[in-house]
Amino acid sequence: MTQVATGGHHVDSGTLLLQASNVTMRFGGLTAVNDVSLNVHAGEIFGLIGPNGAGKTTFFNCLTGLYKPTSGEVRFAGEVLPPQPRLVVRAGMARTFQNIRLFHNMTAIENVMVGMYGRTKTNAIDAIFRLPRHRREELASTERARELLDFVGLVGASDMLSRNLPYGDQRRLEIARALATDPKLLLLDEPTAGMNPQETRQAEELIFKIRDLGLAVLVIEHDMRFIFNLCDRVACLVRGAVLVEGPGNVVQNDPRVIEAYIGTPPEELPEAGPAPEQPAANPGEGNADA
Amino acid sequence: MDLLDLFLQQLINGLSLGSLYALIAVGYTVVYGIVQLINFAHGEIFMIGAFGAYATWMLMGQPTDWNAPMSILVLLPVLIIGGVAASVTVALLTERYAYRPLRNAPRLAPLISAIGVSVFLQEAVRLFYGEIPGFPTAKSAIPFPSIPGISGSAFQFGGVTVQMTAVFTVGALAVCTVFLWFFVNRTKTGRAMIATSQDPDTARLMGINVDKVIMAAFAVGAALAAIAGVAHGLRYSNIDFRMGFLAGLKAFTAAVLGGIGNINGAVVGGLVLGVVEAMATTFIPGQFGSAAWKDVWAFVLLILVLVFRPQGLLGAKVVDRA
Repeated sequence: MTQVATGGHHVDSGTLLLQASNVTMRFGGLTAVNDVSLNVHAGEIFGLIGPNGAGKTTFFNCLTGLYKPTSGEVRFAGEVLPPQPRLVVRAGMARTFQNIRLFHNMTAIENVMVGMYGRTKTNAIDAIFRLPRHRREELASTERARELLDFVGLVGASDMLSRNLPYGDQRRLEIARALATDPKLLLLDEPTAGMNPQETRQAEELIFKIRDLGLAVLVIEHDMRFIFNLCDRVACLVRGAVLVEGPGNVVQNDPRVIEAYIGTPPEELPEAGPAPEQPAANPGEGNADA
Repeated sequence: MDLLDLFLQQLINGLSLGSLYALIAVGYTVVYGIVQLINFAHGEIFMIGAFGAYATWMLMGQPTDWNAPMSILVLLPVLIIGGVAASVTVALLTERYAYRPLRNAPRLAPLISAIGVSVFLQEAVRLFYGEIPGFPTAKSAIPFPSIPGISGSAFQFGGVTVQMTAVFTVGALAVCTVFLWFFVNRTKTGRAMIATSQDPDTARLMGINVDKVIMAAFAVGAALAAIAGVAHGLRYSNIDFRMGFLAGLKAFTAAVLGGIGNINGAVVGGLVLGVVEAMATTFIPGQFGSAAWKDVWAFVLLILVLVFRPQGLLGAKVVDRA
């Protein structure tokens, strides 16, 4: 039995944080996610790879409540997650998007402050009458937002409209906004898409920094070098199902993964289904059992 | 009366009428900005505000003998609060039962629903207002309570007569605009409103309760419409179950004129529309300048703006999405 620590970031590393069991998502006749089970532990960086159309983003949408899975269950810190984005956020899960979805007509710092919405307590009455509680919280929020911008390396950009920021900065701003919701698990959907090698390296450093804060990170990526540098464990998704899951170096050298990427004709692919389990890299907790 | 005085007089009249339009127009624009719905029942929310204020006056025992300071400092605010309470309640019920179930339906469905709500509210007031014990029937116009010091009072400024009701209406718009600016730009709920209008799904993923944000938008619009309802009652000295139709249409015009979805645009659009109407009835010669033609000029202005500047006076360019 896993003890799940609650409250605050500093959960003992190794405790089970996200537990997706047999998640299936069908759109009409198309099965986009097929019986996927994954566990992410506190303080872990978990990579999700797979060819285009493998269902990675759909799986993210199932986790964050944008889609209600056709079947299966997502547990977070031991609790079943309701399929409602704002409650998922409140539970402690935040995400970024493959195609950047900032609030384009807001400044960088306003974007970050929107992320704090669910974590502050003042209401409109407090605000209109400028009650002390409102001032205090507003001040604290602004300060925290600046800290977060600083943390992701956007110190000078706080008052710029987010649509005017360079591309790499927009990606970092999305991460700052997600961090503002005070998550325990951060989901990053292709954080380095469209970045040059230097920006990619900075992104890598940033993700390590986030992990060092005590957060778990679940990251979708296509850049293999990036993902195997970064992740403690990796799962490869092919046609909606987990093909292989295990420590980075094991997945990297798995012939089935290489085949899936190089593009062997489909009839020669090994059966796509739950793969035999690889030994767990993490102490204290077993792997996903389907 | 020389020409300058005439111009200034019509400017004052236009600004006062325009402030009324602007107060209502904000409700159209705020709701449209967030749920992309033209709330055609909003004119009726304005009417409910006026009837709510009247009901409050009835429940207070129809005070008529208050002196001017007491009326302005106590009676008027109480009437406004009563009107706001009535229209906010009705607006929230409308949102909950007529629009929310249709949120994911094709956009035409809530629009039809809005027209239905509009007819429903008019008829409900017409048929049932008089059924409340002691209340007059609302099948025809009801005289609105007068506020000593405002109703019927005026002062001279040079050659120009300024009605106190005009001062009240313009003042109410000014105060509401300041509050609204503060609410939208400086509060958490306001920020959530902007975020939701830009991208509702992402707003949800930031922990924002989108249902609450939508309710806030309806409530804010209804509150301003109720204040307009009271101003209308004071200005014309009577209220009527049909008063929301034309006022709502004009306010909608004002919102489109300023750029729908843009709050400042609604205020500017309302003022421009009011001034154009007032000027048209004075400076256009012959029968085309008669009062009967003022609505024509208002809508001619709308058509001109739509042809030459479809995004409205202050609207952003439409090509904003990648």
